[in-house]
Amino acid sequence: MTLANTEPQALTYECETGNYHTFCPISCVAWLYQKIEDSFFLVIGTKTCGYFLQNAMGVMIFAEPRYAMAELEEGDISAQLNDYEELKRLCLQIKRDRNPSVIVWIGTCTTEIIKMDLEGLAPKLEAEIGIPIVTARANGLDYAFTQGEDTVLAAMAARCPDQAPVVETEKKERNAIASLLNFGKKKEDVTADEAEYVKHPPLVLFGSLPDPVVTNLTLELKKQGIKVSGWLPSKRYTELPVLEEGYYVSGVNPFLSRTATTLMRRRKCKLIGAPFPIGPDGTRAWIEKICSVFGIEPQGLDEREAQIWANLEDYLQLIRGKSVFFMGDNLLEISLARFLIRCGMTCPEIGIPYMDKRYQAAELALLEKTCHEMGVPTPKIIEKPDNYNQIQRIKQQNIDLVITGMAHANPLEARGINTKWSVEFTFAQIHGFTNARDILELVTRPLRRNNNLKDLGWDKLVREEAKI
Amino acid sequence: MKLAYWMYAGPAHIGTLRVSSSFKNVHAIMHAPIGDDYFNVMRSMLERDRNFTPVTISSVDRNVLARGSQEKVVDNITRKDAEEHPDLIVLTPTCTSSILQEDLENFVERASIETKSDVMLADVNHYRVNELQAADITLRQIVQLYIEKARKKGDLPEGKTEKPSVNILGISSLGFHNHHDCTELKRLMVDLGIQVNEVIPEGASVHNLKNLPKAWFNLVPYREIGPMAARYLEQEFGMPYVDITPMGVVETARCIRKIQEIINAQGADVDYTDYINEQTLHVSQAAWFSRSIDCQNLTGKKAVVFGDSTHAAAITKILSREMGIHVVWAGTYCKYDAEWFKEQVGEYCDEVIVTEDHGQIGDAIARVEPSAIFGTQMERHVGKRLNIPCGVIAAPIHVQNFPIGYKPFCGYEGTNQITDLIYNSFTLGMEDHLLEIFGGHDTKEVITKGISAGSDLGWNKEAQAELNKVPGFVRGKVKRNTEKFARDRGFNVITLEVMYAAKEAVGA
Repeated sequence: MTLANTEPQALTYECETGNYHTFCPISCVAWLYQKIEDSFFLVIGTKTCGYFLQNAMGVMIFAEPRYAMAELEEGDISAQLNDYEELKRLCLQIKRDRNPSVIVWIGTCTTEIIKMDLEGLAPKLEAEIGIPIVTARANGLDYAFTQGEDTVLAAMAARCPDQAPVVETEKKERNAIASLLNFGKKKEDVTADEAEYVKHPPLVLFGSLPDPVVTNLTLELKKQGIKVSGWLPSKRYTELPVLEEGYYVSGVNPFLSRTATTLMRRRKCKLIGAPFPIGPDGTRAWIEKICSVFGIEPQGLDEREAQIWANLEDYLQLIRGKSVFFMGDNLLEISLARFLIRCGMTCPEIGIPYMDKRYQAAELALLEKTCHEMGVPTPKIIEKPDNYNQIQRIKQQNIDLVITGMAHANPLEARGINTKWSVEFTFAQIHGFTNARDILELVTRPLRRNNNLKDLGWDKLVREEAKI
Repeated sequence: MKLAYWMYAGPAHIGTLRVSSSFKNVHAIMHAPIGDDYFNVMRSMLERDRNFTPVTISSVDRNVLARGSQEKVVDNITRKDAEEHPDLIVLTPTCTSSILQEDLENFVERASIETKSDVMLADVNHYRVNELQAADITLRQIVQLYIEKARKKGDLPEGKTEKPSVNILGISSLGFHNHHDCTELKRLMVDLGIQVNEVIPEGASVHNLKNLPKAWFNLVPYREIGPMAARYLEQEFGMPYVDITPMGVVETARCIRKIQEIINAQGADVDYTDYINEQTLHVSQAAWFSRSIDCQNLTGKKAVVFGDSTHAAAITKILSREMGIHVVWAGTYCKYDAEWFKEQVGEYCDEVIVTEDHGQIGDAIARVEPSAIFGTQMERHVGKRLNIPCGVIAAPIHVQNFPIGYKPFCGYEGTNQITDLIYNSFTLGMEDHLLEIFGGHDTKEVITKGISAGSDLGWNKEAQAELNKVPGFVRGKVKRNTEKFARDRGFNVITLEVMYAAKEAVGA
């Protein structure tokens, strides 16, 4: 790094070989089946897919999950068996045993290669067995890890009702969040609640988040008088939000570009492109952008953000001035890097599987602005990184913290390099003002642990400097 | 198509990777889509490997689908050759490459022109073999490759070692307690005065494979990985092999006697009888345990066993033959090896189950209500739900089954470890009696734990109170038996009377 260069630089983008480690996108079933309570996910693939899910999901597999493999056998591959009949048999079994409100078919690499026409089969079978079948092609040929959720939500977007139900005398809340927030209130209170909102066009948020985070972000917008009319996905498939032409939508996660595209093109919604509500800076920017679209003057955000930052001070002291390196595997990297730079870290490289510069435009702009304001060099953004090359760079640059997948974490630790498993960021609650502390809890954990052990002299635990 | 929630043996490529990455300085390149390198995570997390797993992906993406891999695989092989200088690169097919039907053999040939390392295509078909079979095949293939190579160059060592010596075949990465077993087997060989010539694949260098024929015989401790390589060496060099798993007191003795026979036939003059006696009676605690009062309390208790062929067979024999425990059924998921398994355990259990369906196993456990289960992690979870203790004896396994402490299953120390595992899995003898006499020490409410069927019967207050007095570890069983009794006789509500009637009728 050249210190002399203090000119604000623009972000630079590179693309490497794509030889990197990440989770297969079918892993999205693990969190989506828990989110959508009346769903059943059927992954149509091979033993390889099954083995991955079984091992990656660990203990969840024993909790009678609402997902299963339709394991393809040699007869399926060579088309000796009839796909339609086979799927019908399995789906009827699922209907009998679990009676879900929707069956989501996850297409895999194998169904792509043998060109199994899942999108064509689904409507026929749906009509025959009377359960909606949503098809998502979440395969490793095209996508990485969290992009699996994107393919599922894009498919779900087509299933959202296109008309608000006729207003009955007793106005019933359609969506889960609203009823959750109104839980236990009398009808007149609910009506009174309506008055707390500014009049604005309906807003639907998309991205699967744990329910407490949904409540939290919804309340955060409510403070600004913004009403969230629905979430994609909702707690139940039967409660998918209404999407009429002209509705506004906004994404809460950086990997939802297909869903965003689908909502704009197919459902004629207007996308509010904002930074993502990760970190107090991101959350504030997200709220401000939504407010600005609706012509609302945001209230009290300055104090709110300042308060959050003040509460983080103990963690900030641990990471200020340290460097962080994202190897890249879950597409949260840009937002996390932007937050950590604001926390006072430097970041030479952000690896990322796929970079949608349009969908992430506002986030990228905020990253650039943050770098300039903090007076640090802008990171190199490496799309489709090459893990081997990255490890060489990590060693050259003497990185303080590497955020990486589990395949590299232990080997790096054994070489005295601090690591944090990236997967934890996908499963932890990291959105909104309230959860900023959780992000730093994760980020600082290796540093705190290694601080505790630092006097033992056990930094490098590989015998020779092994070739890597 | 089949509906599957869980599988016992992994896909073929996992087997190939387990073997190739067990060798030192062997790199595997998977012809697979992004995300299929989950093996690296397992190595790094389960085995807590300090080194980078020597496996990379030559990724299959849309471009490959459209145009074929073309130069990509060859480039990846030559690149890895330059970066890491491995001795051998194993091109590993996956389910994806199985259906793409690219000529991977051709890539291997083209790449090996430029590489310093040897290059080999793992000869496994995803749709025909599973993890264990693939591992067995790959090990044989690598052995064969280097034997033939040495033969061609004329540097295959002549003759045998001066003293009796052995190769241990089949110790591999991610194998159940393999590292500890390996140490124990080496110790055993030292005790027997037998040199360990080579251990493969774990920690071995491919350059040493040409030395394999120098050993007097091969020892194949596991059924799943190693037999093919042993048979190959027998064919080529007339090397005898011992495939008796030295697990349990009786089998360890049998294995040692077989070794004695084999090396004496080649001119050694050894008699291990005294050694076996000394170990059995005084060193291993297992034989003494069988005679002790503790073990008496286990007499006739019901157990079920499930796992890979090696471990399930060995544990069944130990339970039945060495401890007098009643093995109601024993099972394996190694369907391809069913005949051998049935022959091994037939006389030691009432019923043999061979299946890959964990649901069937769960139901079979619920049906017989054993006092303890010996199985894989899946059976452990079934046990949790049914409130039946479980000792894990075979893969699939989790991180807690890669203990840091020394816990072999093979050899004489193995017999001690297995004794502890079995004993600790059953409710301790006297505790059992005392609980029965004093009505248990917990009064937690009963939660229905049935797997096969939920409870549709009501219990009245008195009966419920009485049920709560039943000790926790048999309460589920009493509840289910009583309900079955009530259902059979058409009672809708379970009263004290029904409960006693059930107890008298079925011993619930």
